[in-house]
Amino acid sequence: MNTEPTPAVEDIEIQLLLEALALRYHYDFRHYARASIKRRLRQAREQLEFSTFSAMQDALLHNEGMVGRLLDYLTVQVSEMFRDPSYFKALREKVIPHLRTYPSLKIWIAGCSHGEEVYSFAIMLLEEGLLDRTMIYATDINPAALDVAKSGVYPLDRIASFTRNHQQAGGRTSLADYYATAYGRAVFDKKLREKVVFSDHSLVSDEVFTECQLVSCRNVMIYFDRPLQDRAVGLFRESLTRRGFLGLGSKETLRFSDHADAFTEFVREEKIYQRSDA
Amino acid sequence: MTAAVVIGASAGAVQALSDILPRLPAEFPLPILVVVHVPSAPSGLTQLFSAKCAVAVVEPDDKEQIRPGTVYFAPPGYHLLVEPDASISLSSDEPVLFSRPSIDVLFESAADAFGAELLGIVLTGANEDGSRGALAIEAAGGQILVEDPATAYAAAMPTAALARCATARTLSLDAIADHLLGLVER
Ligand SMILES: C[S@@+](CC[C@H](N)C(=O)[O-])C[C@H]1O[C@@H](n2cnc3c(N)ncnc32)[C@H](O)[C@@H]1O
Repeated sequence: MNTEPTPAVEDIEIQLLLEALALRYHYDFRHYARASIKRRLRQAREQLEFSTFSAMQDALLHNEGMVGRLLDYLTVQVSEMFRDPSYFKALREKVIPHLRTYPSLKIWIAGCSHGEEVYSFAIMLLEEGLLDRTMIYATDINPAALDVAKSGVYPLDRIASFTRNHQQAGGRTSLADYYATAYGRAVFDKKLREKVVFSDHSLVSDEVFTECQLVSCRNVMIYFDRPLQDRAVGLFRESLTRRGFLGLGSKETLRFSDHADAFTEFVREEKIYQRSDA
Repeated sequence: MTAAVVIGASAGAVQALSDILPRLPAEFPLPILVVVHVPSAPSGLTQLFSAKCAVAVVEPDDKEQIRPGTVYFAPPGYHLLVEPDASISLSSDEPVLFSRPSIDVLFESAADAFGAELLGIVLTGANEDGSRGALAIEAAGGQILVEDPATAYAAAMPTAALARCATARTLSLDAIADHLLGLVER
């Protein structure tokens, strides 16, 4: 006889819903951190007015319009320009001097959301005179988020905090040099994204697509369980050149990773790592 | 049997927690997860309470395994959630009731993870965060203690929790600390 405790009905339903999403639409959330995915699914169920997850699963399977809406609940689009300014300051002061030694650069920003992190990098590289020789690959699984990122348009009421962060990150100019305002919105300069390739890429199911000197993947892996974090870090390891850099979110760590030995802490308090294996 | 403790506090939190946490002995065997609403990073709570407490006080990284006898403060700007395998997940989801970290988010996930073996404590605060989470703990069979609103620095949060949870017990800060110490004497 099976002695495993029977999971709660809600947990069974959630598992089935995630299976349906993966089988029908290839969005695989089965290895996301369960507590937070559950919370967001409960939110979706309440707000989309389904009485059960089974009813939601039925709608998802038979109505293609549902998947985009569900995706907006399942992926968290919270970001800022120069989020954690001390991270960007450390990149500028400690990593950029190494990057300067390369004739051409590739940078991968994984889980770029609405693009705040991408424009932050582009501005920093421009200020450091490196943007010309850099290609930035900005990837995410949420197509709606990628569209916003491509447009480079943000509500004006976010600019004050972006500006403050830029200054604290060691910005050499005024952020206002990089955007124009129109209709209550800030439109960032096209020049900043001439060297950016935005594309759909999942850390769960896709493979490495380029070799790069720096990967910045911040506040994405906190949504994964440990085995899935290992997969993602494995991709970064494979993608990075020897002595390449990996930057994580301020509360993320490689301490629990299978790949911990392949990296050394480069700026410990900013979660910036360097690939150290041969 | 209690396996873990969760605490939520807002306005007046430092004073209230100072009446509780320093009284715990170094070998206190339960993990304690704490959400305090703080305006911005760095919160300094970890340093402050490390200096005052015999138990270990940490600000966890994502996916840290919860250990006994350790106090975990939610990092500023992140929700703190407990996974079914008793590890910690952080999230930068939207604030809940204007708060990130949110007490409700911690309490609800901990109720899922620990069920009837969870003790939830709602302390002083000038909002409603925690009452929904306290209800989830109650529904899972866990216990709720609430700081007496009459003597709390800010009564709104304890009052909201009491209004929602029929089984919640009202106690003074001293009595809450005694209760925690009582959990480990046998
Ligand atoms: C909280 S945002 C982080 C934004 C930015 N990196 C930052 O730190 O501010 C998380 C992003 O990860 C994306 N994401 C979630 N799962 C992903 C996956 N499997 N592969 C790539 N991106 C993913 C989400 O769509 C979302 O845009």
